[in-house]
Amino acid sequence: MTVLAALARAAAAATGRALPTKTVRHVHLSRRPLVLVAAQLAGEACAPLAVLAGDDREKPHLLVVYEPRDRTQRFAFAADLAGIILSAIDRHVEDDGDPETPYPDAPQLLVPNLPHVTFLRLLGRSTRFRKTEGQHAVPPAVPLLGRWLTYYAERAEVTPSAMLVPMTAALADHWATGQSATEDANLAALLGWIDPPDGMSGPAAARAAEDPVRCPPAGPVTDPTFDNEVLAPVLQAMREAALAGDDARLARARASMDQALRSQLESTWALMWRAVDLLGGLPAAAHVEQRWLADRRSFTNQVAWIRDGGAPQARRDSAVAAARRLARLEREQQRLAVERAYDDPLVMAEYRMTGEAFAGEVTEAEPARLEQGRRPVLRPWITVATADEVLFTRGAVLKSPVRPAQQATVVDIVSPGATAGGDARTRIVLELKGGMGRSLTPPPGTVPAVGEQVTYTSLRDDFQPAPKFPDIDDTPWTHGGPPPEYVPDDEDAREDWS
Amino acid sequence: MSTKDAAVSARAVTDAILADLAKAERGVVVDSPPGAGKSTLVVAAAASLAERGERVMVVGQTNEQVDDLIDRMASDHGVLRIGRLSGQDYIPAPRIARHANVTARTAIADLIDHPLVIATAAKWAMLNGLADSGPRWPWAIVDEAYQMRSDSLLRIAHLFDKALFVGDPGQLDPFSTVETERWLGLNWDPMSSAVAVLLTNNPDVQVHALPVSWRLPATAAPVVSAAFYPFNGFTAATERGDRAMRWNTQPFGMTSFDLALQTAADSGWALYELPHRHTLRTDVEAVDACAELAARVLLRGAVAVSEQGRRDVTAGRIAIGVAHRDQAAAVRRALAARAAAYPVLSGPDRDVTKVVADTANRLQGREFDVTIMLHPLSGRRDATAFHLEAGRLCVLASRHRHACVVVARAGIPELLDAHPSAEPVHLGVPVKFPDGWEAHQSFMAHLADFRVPGGV
Amino acid sequence: MNSDQPPGPVEARLDRLRGRALPVNHNARTISALAANPGCPRRALMDAAGVDKQKIAAHIGYPAPFGQSRFAIGRGNAFEARVKENGAAQLLALLREHLDLDVTEVGYTDFNDVAGNPSRELRHVRTRQALTGQDFAPRTLFDHPLLRLRVGGRHAYLEPDLIALRLDGSFHVIEIKSFPVIDGQADAGKVAAAAIQSAVYVRALRDLIAEAGGDPGRVSHETILIAPRDFASQPVAVSVDVRKQLGVLDRQLVRMTKIADLLEPCPATLTFDLDPDRDGTPRRPREELAAALALVPASYAPECLTTCELCFACRAEAAGSTGALGKSVREDLGGIEYTAQALALARGQLPSAEQAEIAVLLLRAAQLREQLLGEVFP
Repeated sequence: MTVLAALARAAAAATGRALPTKTVRHVHLSRRPLVLVAAQLAGEACAPLAVLAGDDREKPHLLVVYEPRDRTQRFAFAADLAGIILSAIDRHVEDDGDPETPYPDAPQLLVPNLPHVTFLRLLGRSTRFRKTEGQHAVPPAVPLLGRWLTYYAERAEVTPSAMLVPMTAALADHWATGQSATEDANLAALLGWIDPPDGMSGPAAARAAEDPVRCPPAGPVTDPTFDNEVLAPVLQAMREAALAGDDARLARARASMDQALRSQLESTWALMWRAVDLLGGLPAAAHVEQRWLADRRSFTNQVAWIRDGGAPQARRDSAVAAARRLARLEREQQRLAVERAYDDPLVMAEYRMTGEAFAGEVTEAEPARLEQGRRPVLRPWITVATADEVLFTRGAVLKSPVRPAQQATVVDIVSPGATAGGDARTRIVLELKGGMGRSLTPPPGTVPAVGEQVTYTSLRDDFQPAPKFPDIDDTPWTHGGPPPEYVPDDEDAREDWS
Repeated sequence: MSTKDAAVSARAVTDAILADLAKAERGVVVDSPPGAGKSTLVVAAAASLAERGERVMVVGQTNEQVDDLIDRMASDHGVLRIGRLSGQDYIPAPRIARHANVTARTAIADLIDHPLVIATAAKWAMLNGLADSGPRWPWAIVDEAYQMRSDSLLRIAHLFDKALFVGDPGQLDPFSTVETERWLGLNWDPMSSAVAVLLTNNPDVQVHALPVSWRLPATAAPVVSAAFYPFNGFTAATERGDRAMRWNTQPFGMTSFDLALQTAADSGWALYELPHRHTLRTDVEAVDACAELAARVLLRGAVAVSEQGRRDVTAGRIAIGVAHRDQAAAVRRALAARAAAYPVLSGPDRDVTKVVADTANRLQGREFDVTIMLHPLSGRRDATAFHLEAGRLCVLASRHRHACVVVARAGIPELLDAHPSAEPVHLGVPVKFPDGWEAHQSFMAHLADFRVPGGV
Repeated sequence: MNSDQPPGPVEARLDRLRGRALPVNHNARTISALAANPGCPRRALMDAAGVDKQKIAAHIGYPAPFGQSRFAIGRGNAFEARVKENGAAQLLALLREHLDLDVTEVGYTDFNDVAGNPSRELRHVRTRQALTGQDFAPRTLFDHPLLRLRVGGRHAYLEPDLIALRLDGSFHVIEIKSFPVIDGQADAGKVAAAAIQSAVYVRALRDLIAEAGGDPGRVSHETILIAPRDFASQPVAVSVDVRKQLGVLDRQLVRMTKIADLLEPCPATLTFDLDPDRDGTPRRPREELAAALALVPASYAPECLTTCELCFACRAEAAGSTGALGKSVREDLGGIEYTAQALALARGQLPSAEQAEIAVLLLRAAQLREQLLGEVFP
């Protein structure tokens, strides 16, 4: 967080409307995303109550678990949810037989907030180890659902990934509200600031959104008053009807429950599609498609893994798996930071304020400058005048977003006031290397020309070779030695849910 | 204790460590508080093993640390052939290149016959080979092992059979910018320190502690030991009176800066306290005060008097420690302004721009005669886990041989008192001591006696 | 020491502050919440006086957003009952495994099974006798022991929501919670809350042992948490080391004894009395109560939204302050109290000497936003 972001919030608070903090959209948005809004029963580890899901805003599918503590009903629900998700996946899977080409698209899951990501992760955990045969058999789609939900939840940990996106995070990334980040975690309040209803100010819309009666919470945890006053009586009626063996009463009770849960979920459903429209209204950042390609590759690999009978994801990472994953997460995070700054001048502005970047005008240029050595090499010099505060020192290696193949080394920095003419800008002399071909004359456009506006930053994504890790069988004694092999047992399958 | 007793005590511990190393099944861990002779131990252990005919690989965390070790080892043991395994871009520093018995190469094949090979952890991790093939060493010495991350250890552990791990448990822990809880509680959390993971998985490994600090004066060792080393305390090697700071010149008047420096010279500590205000962390007044204090140490001609004799305090032996990089940059600018303002400060020894201004992260392991610290909580409204981290304060408070001046705005005890402690608790993660809040509290309580009001 | 003594001057003022209402009954949860915002004078005074913050908040028109679902309560009760049924058979089995106990029987006794309706003081005395005397086997599980803790000037009798395990000479606090431990991990916020509640019990138990003349160190700082494992109702036992939480708690209890400092600037007649009618409906005029509240300053931060019943009222009061936007935002704005001030400086208003540094940054930030977004500041 810098002064820039803090100022945006202060300004939003003063105007009563959220202000943009990005000029482009940094997250991929599918043409037909699969939106999912869930409700779960309070007090349980992962007891789904209902889900509203679909890729068509006019046609949400409602799935309800009428007795949330009943094991059979839970698995039936899981199978139904699997149906929705797996059919979305199947639509993208083409069996063209070429394992090297990533699928042209992949199903993107959109959920309201971070607790939904946790919910999906736990639902995945509670289903992926189930057995489809034997004493505790579940429908075959259930463990498959588990593996896919776990896959999505793990992708969500990889910062550049857009497979599973919590919309509160995506919206808060692009707009600053006049409330705190804690309050931004409420989707309705956040949208109240970004897109308030006609005649309402942002803060008033956000306050209204906090009233659970007017605006049911996005979940998956339901409002306690709803639980106590609406849900509990309906569930009670259901149980009594079941005990009495009265089908008509049961049907009525089910209809009541459908209606009660639908009423809790549908406002969030509407909010989700509003969020999709708002984000979709922003032009995509330059690197978004490239990152989506990485997601598609990952998706393709996952499809192949499952098809080839690979094991479900382990409960906890082994030492080697953990170290590998950390290395990957760090690399991906760094790459994302660089791409965001390169794609968006408002993100780069943050670095300009901390002295890690500067933008200005080229005032002098020697594009054909040669350096004599064993062989003469092309080392053009340019001078950039900037109003930004420059904290670099001689020798700092910088890059420009529009010439990513080129390196710029700081030769000299001349502070304002030291030059004649009273120009208040700092002048930086840069030596350029690379991105100009092999000849001693740079092709046109490869060296910034006088008058051009340029940006240089120390933020670089240097290619690092992938680190080596030992095989899991060679886990060293320092980390506990090789872990025992995973043998799926009945315990996983049996797990009693009640 | 007297310096002689200290030497005896330290010698005894070192002998015990080397004896343990000889019969250890897997390894030995040595906790080395600030200035306790870690490098001496590493050099002694490496030489002792090499002289017995054992092949040893030595692991440092940064190129600078590796070069420091090599310089000492090569100087102390001119006969030993030492290999330095380096990356492509490494250019041998002058203090390495001058040793005839040191060879720097980029391929391990060229150094495999050297009894001692030293490299950074990152370079070791690039070596090819699995457990069964490829080069291996019976012995490894891992320096700064508490500052090494456990995933880094994972990548090199297959290269050796037994190891001596040496490091300072009180300094900063390794960290990652990635935010995830998925490995918390696991015995092999890749974000934990190498020693933490090693000991969790190998509880039989003995942990020794070096008992004496050769760096910290008797005015500082008890304070630092009590606040930051709750398990294995340590004492100063010298006694009160053995270390002093004198001046070559009298002050022209007695400004608050002079008073602070006099307090520090007399008692080893001073708290230069600016009026209470909430400020940006690059608080101009505080940054300026740090630079001014450093400049005055040089202007007054400070002389360090110790068991090593008398010598002038030069610019390179003064450090200004801060928490953030932008604060370090601001301090450097303030120092440059003073170079212009005080032309009498000239020559390499008195060039005020040669005063080291850096973050705690980068000051780890280094030593100076006089340090000035911009307190991590100065000017803040609220404390965060980053600023409360005990290791950060420990590094900033334990770099000096003679005196440490803390620059801070008033209000820190009140800030600590109002701090809500809503820290999450993760199952399976051992509770970390010292507690950052308590360490800060203890340190501020100590500084209250050395308060000098500053600013306008 | 007990409620028979006449109140001192501080207690008298606190009683007046609270008005006619009885002091809020403390349990481990409410005591552990006392340390949630030690720097807030409003909260400190109300907690010291035992004021029902929920009722105050509701009456001035800002009811707190906290509620409890009966499903959660039901699940918690069912789990606890299951763990404790048959003389705590499941619990004992767990403890044997977790603490590596030998197969010697551990007894179980429930203090709630007490005939008649003895006073809390009496029940506390009985608890003390049982825990420190010879009447029970050296290895016994004591369920629902009535403990007390000195909070502010008076003794707070704690809801006996714990089990005290006496293992020969030492004691362990056992708490049963219903949030799950999945693959060895649990929600860190919930574990933190459980940890500080356990610390309250450890402190109270240590006080009890000390009162009986014993060594309080015999109460271990290693508490035991019993929770459902994974997705089922099978319990699992985990150790929770509460040394840090004990430190936090002790400091908070000490702070509460210095409450006189906070009372000083308040008018002697200040009260938050609700003036309830016979049905309990408050009659005190809303505006008057709100004005009384405003006389005691608060330290609002968004963190209050999850920890304090007055959060909405204080939030409304804090509108326009940079603190309401978040602690890190306020820190980034380097000392500026109000958003209006920050914006004025960003527009080019001349800064005071203290604002000079942040003004430069604000001006630059505003310039950049304007250049890049074409936005003109309000």
